[in-house]
Amino acid sequence: MSDRISIRHALKKYGENVIIPDLSLEIKEGEFFTLLGPSGCGKTTLLRMIAGFNSIEGGEFYFNDTLINDLDPAKRNIGMVFQNYAIFPHMTVRKNVEFGLTNRKLPKDKIKAQTDKFMKLMHVDEYADRLPERLSGGQQQRVALARALCIEPDVLLFDEPLSNLDAKLRVEMRTVIKNIQHSVGITTVYVTHDQEEAMAISDRIAVMNAGVIQHVGTPKNIYQRPANLFVSTFIGRSNVMNAKLRMENGKCYLVTPSGYRAQMHNVLPQYHKDQDVVMSVRPEELLLSRDAQGEGIGAVVDDCVFLGLMTHYFVHLESGEEAEIIQESSIDSIIEPGTKIKLTINTDKVNIFTADGSANILAGVKNDCAAM
Amino acid sequence: MRNNKRDGWLGISILLFAVFIIFLAFPLMGLLKQSVYNEAGEFSFENFVRFFTYTNGYYLKPIANSVKVTITTTLVSLLLGIPIAYFYSFYKIRGAKLLFVVSILCSMSAPFIGAYSWILLLGRSGAITKAISALLGFKMPAIYGFKGILLVQSLKFFPLVFIYMNGAFKNIDNTLMEAAANMGCTGVKRLVRIVLSLSMPTILAAALMVFMQAFADFGTPMLIGEGYQTFPVMIYNAYLGEGGTNRNFAAALAVVAIAITAVVFFFQKWGTSRFKFSMNALHPVEKKEAKGLSGLLMHLYCYVLVGIAFMPQLYIIYLSFCNYKGSIRQGTYGFSNYVQASKKLLSRSIQNTAVMGIIALLIIIVIAVLIAYLVVRRSNVLNNAIDTISMLPYIMPGAVVGLSLLLAFGKKPIALTGTFAIMVISFVIRRLPYTIRSATATLMQISPSIEEAAISLGASKAKTFARITVPMMANGILSGAILSWVAIVTELSSSIILYSNKSITLTMSTYLAILRGNDGIAAAFAAILTLVTTLSLMLYLKISKSEDVRL
Repeated sequence: MSDRISIRHALKKYGENVIIPDLSLEIKEGEFFTLLGPSGCGKTTLLRMIAGFNSIEGGEFYFNDTLINDLDPAKRNIGMVFQNYAIFPHMTVRKNVEFGLTNRKLPKDKIKAQTDKFMKLMHVDEYADRLPERLSGGQQQRVALARALCIEPDVLLFDEPLSNLDAKLRVEMRTVIKNIQHSVGITTVYVTHDQEEAMAISDRIAVMNAGVIQHVGTPKNIYQRPANLFVSTFIGRSNVMNAKLRMENGKCYLVTPSGYRAQMHNVLPQYHKDQDVVMSVRPEELLLSRDAQGEGIGAVVDDCVFLGLMTHYFVHLESGEEAEIIQESSIDSIIEPGTKIKLTINTDKVNIFTADGSANILAGVKNDCAAM
Repeated sequence: MRNNKRDGWLGISILLFAVFIIFLAFPLMGLLKQSVYNEAGEFSFENFVRFFTYTNGYYLKPIANSVKVTITTTLVSLLLGIPIAYFYSFYKIRGAKLLFVVSILCSMSAPFIGAYSWILLLGRSGAITKAISALLGFKMPAIYGFKGILLVQSLKFFPLVFIYMNGAFKNIDNTLMEAAANMGCTGVKRLVRIVLSLSMPTILAAALMVFMQAFADFGTPMLIGEGYQTFPVMIYNAYLGEGGTNRNFAAALAVVAIAITAVVFFFQKWGTSRFKFSMNALHPVEKKEAKGLSGLLMHLYCYVLVGIAFMPQLYIIYLSFCNYKGSIRQGTYGFSNYVQASKKLLSRSIQNTAVMGIIALLIIIVIAVLIAYLVVRRSNVLNNAIDTISMLPYIMPGAVVGLSLLLAFGKKPIALTGTFAIMVISFVIRRLPYTIRSATATLMQISPSIEEAAISLGASKAKTFARITVPMMANGILSGAILSWVAIVTELSSSIILYSNKSITLTMSTYLAILRGNDGIAAAFAAILTLVTTLSLMLYLKISKSEDVRL
């Protein structure tokens, strides 16, 4: 059975130090949900509150309709995978995997069948009688996963499980984790600070900062229409520039300090007034033109880096701000440093925030967090 | 963890706290109380006044003696031990492993056996003294007094420095050495500026360890000190000596002793706090070949030093097979000493040592594991208080432990004088701080998430502790416990105050045989004692599977 997790007004403090002030979240049954944020943002703290290893100072945690605030961690039926794997070093792989089942007084043959099944599933059955110290990091993580799955938990929790692995293994293991989760369909909460990992693996992501959820949505949503400036800069790379919003004859224009104007069609009605704004343009959303006399923001190329498929340009604008542009490489098109160029903006893709960065003023933001 | 206050650990905390109050705080308080009463039972500071103002500094002299010989011993041990550790860690010395094992053996032997053996070698009628005067007609200066204590203690304690420093040197990352060389800092300059500076916390820790053990050593100054009286000897004499007994005055002396060791302890802590950095060698230092003249000198230094340190033990074993008549050697060899010894309570001594040692060890292990768990995983005011109290014996010389237990449990309601129980209690008290340290260090290296994993898999807290935490600590605990076992077996300074004919130990029997001047029997006892410590150490090295000796 898989559970829905509901968190209402969660509060976490250590002494007087408030880590999570007031957090509400709804995690759907069977979904792969990721808590993403910079280190110290409270994501692991929240995960450990769900697991029962951190005390809960306020609010309610539910699995389906059961309040679990005071339920013993041993009785929550949770499978947890830790950053350092937490494999019992004095037990063989088999003993590790069957450990959870032996706590349930099941018949021996059933334990063995179940253990074999999950060791096979995670491809660690050939190491069944080895001690874990002789396994590689990736193999240990597979054992940890088999052990967590073996008790057929209602909820799977992952605490930065891949951060101790090397880059190649990380990509391999995240595919393993995603496929396993999809095939068993257990509600999963996954903590990471790696945004690429989060995008690759999740059904939905919650971006956290300073104990507050900034944006909950699908990876695509969060990347293309981030709810605020923090999310926009934390997910992917963004060029952040100051600009103004001008209303003329009922139409919205984005005006840069250098005087470049672009009409915007998707500004939310409540923001239809003259105001200072911050725009966030991803490197691939800036269009570069060699025609120094044409329309656009004047800039000078400082450096270019050829990376095969893509070429990165580092430029500085007339206003003095710096920006990064990514273009698909093409034959004979590298622009030498020192060249004067013009930049235009892909108005469908650019994001515009209020001057304090707290909200996106464009239509199309889907934030499940704000809906609650 | 949740529900911190509601699970069974609180009960264990309270129980441990009560045990410490009864067996540690109560005797200590008793000691303090006795020290401020006179013999007539009135409150007064006359013991301390007498101590500080007695004619010609009669009582101050032993303090000065103790401090002087202990500080000199500490410095000499560092000077002997650091070079051998350096050679051992940074160069390929032939037979290095053997050198290391023999060194540990020297430092673990009963303290007074070395003293006794050196007397037989270099004393007035010692083997070497006689040989030299026969061959060269030259009379060796006497070994007794300051020189003798310094010789015996330095040779016994430099291996401690060796063991400590070896651990520190192993943590120095090779890239640090290479970086220093890259910037033009090599040879002796690098040794001082990089290697020794990085090892400063360990040097201070080793110095403290040597100081505490040398200061509290009773057997060595008693045998080889002659007129050179030191503090533990004075405490013993004040309480049980020929000059009449005065328990109040002895208590006052004990209080002064604790004050001195406490000052040294805090001074060392202050010193160590100024060198706080952590190291973890990803690339351990690669040992270089010791070639040429310098290589030869290194080998010479290591072998001569360890050889001299080991000589007394070998000599004693040799003597144990010489046939004696009275205390005259007959020039023939056999087992007569062992036969004689077996008539002198040998089997009772061995039996007592085994029974009391094992009981004490079990108690120590249980308490140490529980305290380590409470301190590391359940840190709170009560548990930290227990931890602090449990460290008190660290600054209590053995004679003081013995005296305070005797004063506290010599009369009703808890009369334990002369029983096994009081001996076991003293063993536990004396060794507990060390075992707690090693248990705590072991537990700190175990990530809490391993216990959380067990709990999230449905194991109860008690089951997690028993099946996950304790087995993972087992190796560290067990190896620490064997060292405690060796220390218990060779314990003298509190046993001598607490033992009775019924609860006599192997070490006590050896000591008494020496005092009676019965060289052959004494040698037999000492050889058996050496055998026991050697076997225990072999077991330790086998179990710990490494060269890391944690004391």
